[in-house]
Amino acid sequence: MLDLRQYSCLGEALRAALDRWPDRTCLIEADRERESARLTYSQFRQAALPLASAFERAGFREGSRAAILMTNQSKWLISAYAIFFVGGVLVPLDYKLSPREQLALLAHAQAEVLVIEYHLWRALMQSPEFATLSVGTVLVTEAPAGADLAEAQRWEEFRDSREPTFVPRRRHDPACIVYSSGTMGRPKGCVLTHENYLEQCMALTSLYPFWPGVRYLSILPTNHAIDFMVGFIGPFVCGATVVHLRTLRPEYIREAFSRYQITYMTLVPAILKALEQNLRQRFSDLPASRQTVLKGLIGLNRALTRSRPRVRISRALLKQVHEAFGGELRALFVGGAFTEPSTLQFFYDLGIPVANAYGCTEAGTAITVNDLKPFRADTVGKPLPGTEIKILDVGDDGIGQVAVRGKTVMSHYLDDPELTAQTIVDGWLLTGDLGRIDPTGHLQLFGRVRNMVVTEEGKNVYPEEIEAAFEGLPVKEACVFASNYVWQERKMTGEQLVLVIHPEPGKPIPEDLAAHISSSNRRLLNYKRVGGYLVWEQDFPRTASLKIKRTELAAQIREKLGREQVAPL
Amino acid sequence: MTLDQTTEEILRLASEHFKVPRAQLSATDDFFNKLGINSLEALDLLTRLEQHFHIELPDYELQGVSDFRTLAERIQSRL
Repeated sequence: MLDLRQYSCLGEALRAALDRWPDRTCLIEADRERESARLTYSQFRQAALPLASAFERAGFREGSRAAILMTNQSKWLISAYAIFFVGGVLVPLDYKLSPREQLALLAHAQAEVLVIEYHLWRALMQSPEFATLSVGTVLVTEAPAGADLAEAQRWEEFRDSREPTFVPRRRHDPACIVYSSGTMGRPKGCVLTHENYLEQCMALTSLYPFWPGVRYLSILPTNHAIDFMVGFIGPFVCGATVVHLRTLRPEYIREAFSRYQITYMTLVPAILKALEQNLRQRFSDLPASRQTVLKGLIGLNRALTRSRPRVRISRALLKQVHEAFGGELRALFVGGAFTEPSTLQFFYDLGIPVANAYGCTEAGTAITVNDLKPFRADTVGKPLPGTEIKILDVGDDGIGQVAVRGKTVMSHYLDDPELTAQTIVDGWLLTGDLGRIDPTGHLQLFGRVRNMVVTEEGKNVYPEEIEAAFEGLPVKEACVFASNYVWQERKMTGEQLVLVIHPEPGKPIPEDLAAHISSSNRRLLNYKRVGGYLVWEQDFPRTASLKIKRTELAAQIREKLGREQVAPL
Repeated sequence: MTLDQTTEEILRLASEHFKVPRAQLSATDDFFNKLGINSLEALDLLTRLEQHFHIELPDYELQGVSDFRTLAERIQSRL
């Protein structure tokens, strides 16, 4: 691994990596059973430098912002490196957002360049808000011959053969602007510095080292802070190989494990659970005698790995299970949302440690991670080296808000000093999550202080952002809450969004209200939809400027109504 | 095959695959809600539809789609 203390910015570290391992494979791109690209570090450089040169000739300067809107693939990383090479600030955007949301974030970030896949560009062009796009240079990848690209250029043709000039950045300069939420309301653009990433990378690789020969399977979106770190920066500065899989379908993920002999992979709880269900099904399909043997071997493995993972022993005991995962898997990383301890234990007992991590974009990815010394399914691990955590406003049960301090904490929210001041107080980042530190230093999570939910797919949803979808309902007023914010049960499961409606006083509730709500709900992306609605017969408490006093309203609802009164949609 | 026929086939396959009575499904239904599935399970449906229609549907074809009719349009354009 490179000694990252020597480098001042990501571009410099990546450039050193390309020099250090020229003949090693850095990228494999697979689409289902087909392999569409395979690049060595040297070939990666050859692909990126003409792009960097073209950026330079097009007037892209130090500190200029360039957005990427792409699924996981080699051109994502090649473009990112070219942007860093010329001193740019990268804005990774979520390709799963709606075109309207993507356009809003592009405008907020003031991106000068947009690198985008053809199908996403086509969707943007068809959006009614397309005219608001103010990006100067748009580069479209993989556009079919003859496709109408409006004013955009083809990424594959945006090249200059002259040698580009490397533009170094300082450690405290912004490296990326990553949106943690706020697509429909107040955008939360986390400004993360080069130091944030370099420090995070050193901390993570000190616990889970990469080396030449390691193959990391990347399926989480690269725009997500986790994959950007563990599926790009981390493997590259260690000379490892990143395998991109352009589908999330479990059958192809399973195939990729054995085809590419994957060493590590990061996933969100929803995918981990799908893998668990598939394995459980396969186990239960075995003849009774083999099931008995398997249970015995799993029990033996559990006993032998109680204090720490023993990869070789587990692989020998549960050979067929490990072969199904390619035979080289050392650990799975899971994060982005709450994972059931039983799921973590299921994999650990099979000899596949799942490093359960907790973090947020504002803290530069991970805050705590399970170090497996020993494995704990009931916690999210200990703080990463160099990261401090403390619990604020501790209750009698030891639970309070988790605060974080360290070199990985973001610089600020883009163009929002007020929100920054509310979020980073005296150098401590307030996470909005409720936790407790146990006597061994492990963090356990118990819910949220904030009115928000995190889906099993790792998406943060803030109720205020989706309320606009319910404007026009035949009611006096309406607002959305996270159910666990209203009924605080100190748990991480059962999160859903609830629409609270106050009917027009003196009028009967319209018979088609539920149909109206369902229709409005459908306008939202599926993970942003409300799960049910609640009828509230009083005026919402409001401030002088007529904003809803949410804390007060939640307390009133909590006092009078129960969770069971939410009508499911 | 017309768009209506494609839609009808999708409704039949979804009903079989997720064991929801066909009579409870209609073309304009939100399939996430009606079938009670998440986005990963929706990808499962996509795989089933690929096998049936003998086409390949990239994951992104499901992006922003939540009703059977729009899904049928995406499939129809690849038949």
